Amino acid sequence: MFKIDRRLINNFDWVTLTVTMLIALIGILTIYSATRPLEAEGHSSFFLKQGVWLILGLITLFFIVSFDYIWLSRFAMVFYVLGILLLMAVFLTGRVGMGAQRWLSIGPLSFQPSELFKLIYVIMLSHYLSLVKPPLDTLALFRTFFTIVFLPFILLIKQPDLGTGIIVIALFISLLFARGLQRKVAVLFIIIGLISLPFLGNIFWHGLKDYQKSRLVAFIEPEIDPTGIGYHLNQSKITVGSGKFFGKGYMQGTQGPFRFLPEKHTDFIFAVFAEEWGFFGSLILLLLYLILIVRGLDTVRKAKDDFGRLLALGITAMFFIYFFVNVGMTLGLMPVVGIPLPFMSYGGTALLSNMIAIGILINIRTRRFELFH
Amino acid sequence: MQREDTSERILIVSYLVIVLVFLLILRLWQLQVLQGDEYRRLSEANRMRIIETPAPRGIIFDRNGIPLVKNSPYYSVSLIPNEFDRNRLQQLSTLLNMPAAEISEIVRESGSSPFVPVRLKHGLLFEEVAYIEARRSDFPGLFVDIEVNREYIYGNVASHLIGYLGKLSPAQAKDPAFRDLSPDTFIGQWGVEKLFDPVLRGTPGKRVIEVNALGKEIRFLQEKPPIKGTDITLSIEINLQQEAEKAFGERAGALVALKPDTGEILGLISKPSFDPNLFTRGITQENWQEIINDKKNPMLNRALQSQYPPGSTFKIVTAIAGLEQKVITPETKVACRGGIQYGSWRFGCWRRQGHGVVSLHKAIVESCDVFFYEVGKRLGIDKISEYAINLGLGTKTGIELGPENHGLIPTSQWKLQTMKLPWYLGETFIAAIGQGYIAATPIQMALMMNTVANGGNIYKPILIKDSPPVLTGRSKASTESIEIVKKGLFGVVNEAGGTGWAAKASFPVGGKTGTAQVVSMKSGVSSQAERFRDHAWFLAFAPVEKPEIALAVLVEHGGHGGGAAAPIAKIAIEEYMKSLQPLDRSGETSSIIDNGHPSVHWKYPDNGNRNEPEPPGEAVRETRGE
Repeated sequence: MFKIDRRLINNFDWVTLTVTMLIALIGILTIYSATRPLEAEGHSSFFLKQGVWLILGLITLFFIVSFDYIWLSRFAMVFYVLGILLLMAVFLTGRVGMGAQRWLSIGPLSFQPSELFKLIYVIMLSHYLSLVKPPLDTLALFRTFFTIVFLPFILLIKQPDLGTGIIVIALFISLLFARGLQRKVAVLFIIIGLISLPFLGNIFWHGLKDYQKSRLVAFIEPEIDPTGIGYHLNQSKITVGSGKFFGKGYMQGTQGPFRFLPEKHTDFIFAVFAEEWGFFGSLILLLLYLILIVRGLDTVRKAKDDFGRLLALGITAMFFIYFFVNVGMTLGLMPVVGIPLPFMSYGGTALLSNMIAIGILINIRTRRFELFH
Repeated sequence: MQREDTSERILIVSYLVIVLVFLLILRLWQLQVLQGDEYRRLSEANRMRIIETPAPRGIIFDRNGIPLVKNSPYYSVSLIPNEFDRNRLQQLSTLLNMPAAEISEIVRESGSSPFVPVRLKHGLLFEEVAYIEARRSDFPGLFVDIEVNREYIYGNVASHLIGYLGKLSPAQAKDPAFRDLSPDTFIGQWGVEKLFDPVLRGTPGKRVIEVNALGKEIRFLQEKPPIKGTDITLSIEINLQQEAEKAFGERAGALVALKPDTGEILGLISKPSFDPNLFTRGITQENWQEIINDKKNPMLNRALQSQYPPGSTFKIVTAIAGLEQKVITPETKVACRGGIQYGSWRFGCWRRQGHGVVSLHKAIVESCDVFFYEVGKRLGIDKISEYAINLGLGTKTGIELGPENHGLIPTSQWKLQTMKLPWYLGETFIAAIGQGYIAATPIQMALMMNTVANGGNIYKPILIKDSPPVLTGRSKASTESIEIVKKGLFGVVNEAGGTGWAAKASFPVGGKTGTAQVVSMKSGVSSQAERFRDHAWFLAFAPVEKPEIALAVLVEHGGHGGGAAAPIAKIAIEEYMKSLQPLDRSGETSSIIDNGHPSVHWKYPDNGNRNEPEPPGEAVRETRGE
């Protein structure tokens, strides 16, 4: 099972690892600044916890790289069933946080199954689609949807974890197109999508919780009530904008520590970074993410088999969607959806599963020449 | 999925990703570079709180340096709803001694952000504050504010003159003159407080602090101390004011007292009055309703705004006009048989049995109507009006205290223009005794008395002690004529048969009674319903030789001037003269005032053979005058 040899070390994807680690370290520094106390009292331990999770993630990453990713394909079904069970367990024992059931406690640990599940889901979907002969017809499409997508989507929406739910659908569509659809199916898919959009929108709207509705309203008109529903959005824009070109300087940001910006070390961590490092720093950070994404897409191109290709694409797409939606939300380009920024937002489960995902990407790239094993 | 195919599609997707990231970069550029300054300002505004420290308002003193107002500490309790534990509502209710429902209601009605403090209770006593402070740690979000309250030490006394403070009205908030003031500022809304508001107000200071999103103070940044407003010393004498107001009792009316040689206002009363303390922290609906629904209208400044026929006090004008126009001399005699017949009309004298043969002096002293009918007939309305206007009637006095009425001095031309009717001689008769169309405000009558008292200088009534007098005119009446009339006025108070005996004091007072008819009914008929009863006037000045005070008193529905108004005038004059005593003990007027040995043998200075005045004690039992 373990295959560590010279070739593995020679082909190891140091670029992806370096960029990932850079972003994660920037994340810890930013968490440190965002959660610093105003009085001389003790500093909250968020940055330390995140550091521990990062080390844990790094170890897991090397572990993942050490064996051929093809094993993931073989255990995909097992992972998937376990993942679904975890999501269900959230209902039974999950503790309530932020008006939604997302966490599961095991002893002193509490983790978010949905964060782990999204990765399992990508593996399962890639595995399933790699077995279907492209281009996909309508039947294959529906079969895939009801076998893999439908159940977790409902479970996630019910949590409710709207963000992950949307990503599940987005990843499904991305991988379908990546695998290749029959032209008529693709056209039909797009037409059905366009027609059903208003209906979906309607069902979607009624299915939303009040705080989700008000976030949408706030996105459309943030000035309606600046201290109420538009508050997140306005404060986020103020935080980013006040950084100006060179930023206020590290540990000099005020919006987070003064508690004007909510979720400062989780969903809105980019705003805190942009406040302290300005346009200049933000540009560099965005370029780091861009390198990561483009490198991931290059891995897709170089992967040795269909499963690897689909898996690399799924993971890269997932990172990009998270990154784009989170930053877009922080910059006021999108409604406030509770989606963390990969590698930077505080959150152990997310960091760990993202490190595993990077491990898989590196694995795929590193083993691109091992065509026959 | 072929390799070449994949490469091509991946390339397209890569470009798409680059474009999307470029979009984010554009947005960043917009927020941080293009709009960066604005957002930087907003983030500063987030954490900086500029707290205005109100400037202590200037103190208002009376002419002897007695403070009329003070700035006293004032406690209020506020709550930040967000920080408050709602389960403790019942305990809070007990602590503040107010119903829990009321607390909830106040918080709900405030409606603003839950981070903004809501004032629950104000006007607390120090003991209550101490009690709350001791238990405050149990109630997060609760705190006590100390503010400065304007306290009007004398309450209702001189309220129309001093005025009161109030919050900026919505109209004022838009006025550029108040642009620099915060909307919660209390400014002078009435009286002297309003007139001298820019002087009294001072400049508020600023405290800049750093706060977090919960409004909690993190750091103190800078402070600019407030600059106290300038104190002002009014020309009024508070004892005069207070004692005279007391003398009015429940009756409505007005008093204006002036300093003859400067026009300074020594006292200004409009009754009923109001308590300005009710206004200083925002008047309650209940109190306000009570004031505006009061039929006697306490918010009306009668001294400046109400106009009444001057009645017999106008005979001063008629007498001067007659002397100046030489239609009469002091020796002119007219026989009064209780009235005169003119055509089918009879014009009665207030004394039905008549005064017999009267000279000008006796006519003034006893207020003989028939004598003045004759003077009026000889003068004609236009000559009477000419002198009335010349003495300052029919025009505003120019006092800067607020809206003022100009009264009315009719002329034949005026009647022709407004009523399209010619002037009748009968109207001249009643004009000569101050009835009919003639109307004047108490301050106009006081100013006329003042002008006569000082020998003909018309001053603008001023409110600040020792500010330069403003001479607005000079009567064309000769000193001789004025002196003759003043002798008569001395007689009114001091001679047998004088109608103003009730104003007699231990120093020489001159005055004139007057009765303004409310309805055209025979004056002198008593036992009428109060609202039909005549208004009582009394004009006075003292000491006659070198006047220190000139005043007009009006008592609405008071009946006779001598009975209702003169005693008030006497009290005002005595109080003022008393206040001069210690200051003037070595001065030239010291001989006049000697309360220790009240001299009752006052004679008009240049006249030794007038009727001896009765001792005041007996005068009280004498037949009522007018």
